[in-house]
Amino acid sequence: MATKPVAKSEKKPMKKETRNTLIAYSFIAPNFIGFCVFTLVPMAFAIALAFCSWDGVNAIEFVGFQNFIDLVTDSTFLAAFKNTIVYSVAVVPLTLVCALGLAVLLNQPIKGRNFFRTVAFFPYVASLVAVAAVWNMIFSPSMGPVNMILSALGVENLPRWAAGKETAMLTVILFSVWKNMGYYMVMYLAGLQGTNPELEEAAELDGANRWQVFWHITLPQLRPTTFLVIITLTIASFKVYDQMYMITQGGPGNATITLVYYIYNVAFVNTPKYGYASAVAMVLFVLVLIVTIIQFRGSSNDDN
Amino acid sequence: MATQAVKTQSAKTRHNVSMVIIYVLLILIAAVMLVPFVWMLSASLKLNKDVFAFPIEWIPSNPRWRNYVDIWTKIPLLTFIKNSAKLTIIVTLLQLFTSSFAAYAFAKLDFKGKNTLFLGYIATIAVPWQAYMVPQFMMMRSWNLNNTHLAIICLQAFSAFGVFLMKQFYEGVPSELCEAARIDGLSEYGIWARIMLPLSKPALSTLTIITFVNTWNDFLGPLIYLTKTELKTIQIGLRMFISQYSAEYGLIMAASVIALIPVLIVFLALQKYFVQGVATSGLKG
Repeated sequence: MATKPVAKSEKKPMKKETRNTLIAYSFIAPNFIGFCVFTLVPMAFAIALAFCSWDGVNAIEFVGFQNFIDLVTDSTFLAAFKNTIVYSVAVVPLTLVCALGLAVLLNQPIKGRNFFRTVAFFPYVASLVAVAAVWNMIFSPSMGPVNMILSALGVENLPRWAAGKETAMLTVILFSVWKNMGYYMVMYLAGLQGTNPELEEAAELDGANRWQVFWHITLPQLRPTTFLVIITLTIASFKVYDQMYMITQGGPGNATITLVYYIYNVAFVNTPKYGYASAVAMVLFVLVLIVTIIQFRGSSNDDN
Repeated sequence: MATQAVKTQSAKTRHNVSMVIIYVLLILIAAVMLVPFVWMLSASLKLNKDVFAFPIEWIPSNPRWRNYVDIWTKIPLLTFIKNSAKLTIIVTLLQLFTSSFAAYAFAKLDFKGKNTLFLGYIATIAVPWQAYMVPQFMMMRSWNLNNTHLAIICLQAFSAFGVFLMKQFYEGVPSELCEAARIDGLSEYGIWARIMLPLSKPALSTLTIITFVNTWNDFLGPLIYLTKTELKTIQIGLRMFISQYSAEYGLIMAASVIALIPVLIVFLALQKYFVQGVATSGLKG
C-alpha cells in the first residue's frame, strides 16, 4: 500500500506527507499552544526565577544561589519542610491501610456493597471548604461534639485539636485520611479485580485461615497497586496546602505550615518575594522528582 | 457422614459470624464517613445557639428553614455559584475538545516530531502546579489577566493529563476503522468527529467527571487570581463568608450544604464512570 503512490510520481508522496503532518499539527495545536504558553513557559521561568530576587516592582536581579543559601537558615522554611515530611510520613501509611481495609471489605459479595462504596468515596469529591468547616465545628475544643463526648467519658485534659500545638498536625492528618481514603480504596478495588481467586480458594482448601490467605496470597498479588498508591499518595502529600489553610491556618505558630503554604505566603502575602518563593518551589519540585524517579524505576522493573 | 455434617455446620457458623463482623465493621465505617455530613445538614437547620447543644439533637425539633433563605442575601451566593458553574462548564468543554483532538493525532496519525512533542507532555506531568504557580501568576498579571475568569480558564483547560487519558483510550480503537473511513473518503476531522468521538464515550465521561470535580472544588487557583468579590467562585466565596462570620454556624452549614449539592448530583449520576476513571487513571495525583 505504501509503495503505490511512489510509483505514480516522485513529488506527490512528499507533498502528501507534508499535508498529513500539517493536519496532525492542526489536531495538536489547540491543546499544545495552550499547554506551552500556560505550563511550559512558566515552568522554565520558575527555574530561572529561583536564582533571582524580585519584588514585582523593581527590576529583576540575578543573585545566584543566594536564595538557596538563605533557605538553609530560614526557620519558617525549615519548619515547613519538616511539617511536609511529617505529614507525608503519617498520611501515606494511614491512608494506605484504611484504603486497603475498605477495599477488601467492599470486595466481598455482600448486600448494599455499592451503597457502602459510594459512601466511602463521597468525602473525596465533596467540597473541601464545606467539609473543613464541619470538621472545625465537630473538633471545636470548647464546644465541639467530639470533646463533649470525650468529657462525658471522663477524659480530663481534653485535646485542643486544631488549636493545640501538639495536636494541630494530628487533626489535619485525621481529616486528610478521612477525606481521601475513598479515592485510594477505588484504586485497590481495581487492583483486586486483577487478583486470581483460584489461588485464594486453593490456599483455603489447604487449611489457611482468612488472615493467612490475605497476607500470603492476596497482598503479594496487589504489589503493583500498592506501589502506585504509595507513589500517588506521597506526591499528593508533598503538595498539601488547602487542608492546613482551612483547618489550622498553618498554626499555631508554624506547627502546620507546609512547603506550598510557605510558597503562597512568600509570594502572595505581605511584600512579595517571587524569587525566594520560586526557590522554595524548586525544593518541592525536587522532592516530587525523587518520588517520580522511584516510580519510573519501579514500574520498569515490573515490566521485566 | 456425621463428622462431615458437623464440619459443614461449623463452617457455616464460621461464615455467618464473619459476615456479621463484616457488616458491623461496614456500618461503623459508613457512620464515620457520613456523620459529618449528617451533622452539617442538622446544624444547617438550627439556631446558632443550638448548633453545639449536647447531647446532639440530630433532627431539630424546630427546624429553622430560614437559614436557607437568609444565606442568599447575607452573601452573594448566587453570584458565586454562577461563577463556579460558568468556569466549570467552559473548562470542561475546552478540556474535552482540545484533549480528544490532540490525542487523536498522537494515537492515530504519523507525523514528524510526534515523539518529541509527546515527550514534552510526559516530562511535565510530574511537575506539580504549585512549583510554577508564582511565575504563571506574574505572566498572567503582566497580561492584565489577574482578576479575570479567563485566567482560571487558561490555567485549567489545557492539561497534559487529558491528552494522556484520551490517547490511552484511542490506542485501543482498531486502526482498521480509521483506515476504512479514509478509503471511504472521510477526512481526518471527519474520522475524529464521526468515528472516534462516538466510540470514546467512557473516556470522555471519565475526563468530564475528573475535570468537573477538580474545577468546581479548586481552591488555590481562584484564591490567587480572583480577589474581587463579584468574580469569586463558590469555594473561595464560602471561605470568605466563614472567616467573616465565624460564629454564624447555622448559616455556614446551610451554605456548605448548598455548595455540596451540584457535586453530589454529578457524582451520583455518573458514579459508574467515576470509579472507572480512578481505576484507569492511576497517574493522576
